Amino acid sequence: MEDFTEPIVQIRQLTKSYRRGGQIISVLTNISFDINSGEFIALMGPSGSGKSTLLNLIAGIDKPDSGSLKVNGRDIATLSEADLADWRAANVGFIFQFYNLMPVLTAFENVELPLLLTRLSRDQRQERVELALSMVGLTDRVEHYPSELSGGQQQRVAIARAFITDPVILVADEPTGDLDRASADDILAMLQRLNREMGKTIIMVTHDPYAAKSAHSIRHLEKGELDVTNQ
Amino acid sequence: MHFLKLILRNTLRHKLRTSLTVLGLVVAILAFGLLRTVVDAWYSGAEGASSTRLVTRNAISLVFPLPINYQERIRRIHGVTAITHASWFGGVYIAPRNFFPQFAVDAKTYFHLYPEYFIPPAEMKAFLTDRKGCVIGRKLANTHGFKIGDTIPLRGTIYPGAWSFTVRAIYDGDAGTDTSQFFFHWNYLNETMKKVVARRTDWIGVYVIGISDPDRAAEISTEVDAMFKNSLAETLTETEKAFQLGFVSMTEAIVVAIRIVSFLVIFIILAVMANTMAMTARERIGEYATLKALGFGPRFLAGLIYGESLAIALTGAGIGILLTFPVADEFSKQVGTLFPVFGVSLETVYMQAAAAIAVGITAAALPAFRAARVPIVDGLRSIG
Ligand SMILES: Nc1ncnc2c1ncn2[C@@H]1O[C@H](COP(=O)(O)OP(=O)(O)O)[C@@H](O)[C@H]1O
Ligand SMILES: [Mg+2]
Repeated sequence: MEDFTEPIVQIRQLTKSYRRGGQIISVLTNISFDINSGEFIALMGPSGSGKSTLLNLIAGIDKPDSGSLKVNGRDIATLSEADLADWRAANVGFIFQFYNLMPVLTAFENVELPLLLTRLSRDQRQERVELALSMVGLTDRVEHYPSELSGGQQQRVAIARAFITDPVILVADEPTGDLDRASADDILAMLQRLNREMGKTIIMVTHDPYAAKSAHSIRHLEKGELDVTNQ
Repeated sequence: MHFLKLILRNTLRHKLRTSLTVLGLVVAILAFGLLRTVVDAWYSGAEGASSTRLVTRNAISLVFPLPINYQERIRRIHGVTAITHASWFGGVYIAPRNFFPQFAVDAKTYFHLYPEYFIPPAEMKAFLTDRKGCVIGRKLANTHGFKIGDTIPLRGTIYPGAWSFTVRAIYDGDAGTDTSQFFFHWNYLNETMKKVVARRTDWIGVYVIGISDPDRAAEISTEVDAMFKNSLAETLTETEKAFQLGFVSMTEAIVVAIRIVSFLVIFIILAVMANTMAMTARERIGEYATLKALGFGPRFLAGLIYGESLAIALTGAGIGILLTFPVADEFSKQVGTLFPVFGVSLETVYMQAAAAIAVGITAAALPAFRAARVPIVDGLRSIG
C-alpha cells in the first residue's frame, strides 16, 4: 500500500434525515470517516441503508443536516447552491446506474458537455474528447446517440464524461447495477485503470460483493452507521 | 451554439407532439389575425374619414331625411367651402347577398368633395350627361364584372320599383378607400318619385359639408344645427369620422364579441402550450437533474425550456402569419363587397407575433421555474 498523507475526503459527525409527509426519517447518523487520495473504496450495505445518500453528500448534490464534510480541503456543507455547482463542475465526476446521458446528444457531445463549463477552446475540447473516447474504447462510436449504443457502451461514454474534466473524485452509484456480467467486468476494469493509472480517487456504491472486490477497501453501511472492513 | 443545438433537438424529439402543438398555434394565430382584420375592416370607413368634411343628418335618426332646401342656407355659413348631399338607396342587385352601398348623390357637386375617388374626366363627363348613369367603384366592378356601358338592374326597397342604371364611370382609390360603392343621380331619383309618391320628393339623406379649417369643425357644426333648431327637421352635424363611428357603433356588440373571441383563441392555445411544456419538462426532470449535477445552473435549464417553448410558438406564429394573407384574400373574395376595405394590417401582424411570444414565454414559466428549483437528488430518483 502507498502512504496516504492528506485524506481527500474528511467526514465528521455527518447526519442526514429526510422529511416524508409529517415524518422525519433518519438516514445517516453521526458518520465519521476519511478517504485517502488515490483510494478506490466500495460502499456496501443493504438496500435503503443510506449508501446513495452518503455518496450524494460527498458529491455535493445534497446537503447534510449537521456535521462537517471536507473534500479536497474545502468544507462543502457550507457552500451556497451556486458555488456548489461550480465546485462540482471542477471537482466531481459522476457515474450513475442508468448512465444519465443526454439522449439528444451524440457520444462525443455527451462527453464534451462538462467541458462547456470550462474555458477550453473548441479545438482543445475536441482533442480531449477524442482522447477520452479512445481511452474507453469508443473511437468508432463517436457520432452515435445513446439509443444506438449498448448499456455497457453507454456506461463507457458516461465514464469518459466523468473524467474528462480531470476531477478530484469520481463517484459511482451502482455503476454495474444495470449491466450483464461481461459489461460489468468491462466497467470495473476501466474504473480500476482510472484509479491505478491516473490516480483517481473513486467512491463506488454497490450491493454486489463481486463488484466490490475491484476496490481497495469496502465500507459497510448498516442502518445509517458505518462499520469498516479492510480487504 | 451547443445551447441552441440542445433546444433544437429537444424540440424535434417528439415529432408528433411538437407538430400537433405547432398546428394548434398556426390555427390560433391565423384565427386571431383574421378576427382582428374583420374588426379593422369594420372601422375602416372611419379610418379613411376626412377631417375637412362634416356630415349633417336628421337629429332624430339617420333613417329620417332632411329637406333639400337646407342646402343653400348651409352653404352661406362662414367657413363652409362646399356642400353636397347623398341619400341611401338600399336597392337589391339580383339577391340580397350581393349587398353593396348605393347612394343617390348631387352629381355635379358630390365628387368635388371626394377627391380620393379617381375618375377619368371623360367618364365623369359621360356620367354627368346621362340621367340614368351611375359611377361605381373598382372593387364593385371587379366583383360582378361590370364594365362601362353595362346595365345594372336594382330592385328598390326604400324606393319601390325596378330600377336600372348604365355604368358611365368607374372610380379607383388607394388601399384605404372604399371602392365598392355605387353612385347615381339624385335628380333622377327625385323626379321618378315625384310621379309615384309626391310627398316623398325633395328630401335627401345627409348633407356633406366641406370646410377649409378642420379646427373650426365643432364651431361650424354648432352653427349649422343652431340654424335649424325648432324647424320641421332638426339637424345633427358631426365630423365624417364621428359620423362613421356612430354608424359602426350600431353594430358595436358584434365587434366586441369578435374581439373577445380573438383573445379567447389565444388563451386556449396558451393552455394547450402550457400543457405540452409541462408534460415535456416533467419527462426530462432526470436530465435536468443530471445537467445540474454536472454543474449547469438553473438559468441554463430555464433557458432550455424557454427556448423550446419559444421555438414552437414562433414556428407556429410564422406559418400562421404567412397563411393569414392568402386566407384573408380568399375571405375577402367570399364576402365580396360586405367589407369594402379588407386587408391584413402591419399592426395585426405585430399583434400576432406578440401574442405568440407571450404564449411561448407564459407556457414555459411554470415548468422552467420547477426545473430550476427541483433538488438534484429528487430529480435523479426519477430515473430508472
Ligand atoms: N429524497 C428523499 N426523500 C425522502 N426519502 C429519501 C430520499 N432519498 C432517500 N430517502 C430514504 O432514505 C433511505 C436511504 O436511501 P438511499 O440512500 O437511497 O439508500 P441506498 O442507496 O442505500 O439504497 C431510504 O429509506 C430512502 O427511502
Ligand atoms: Mg442507492
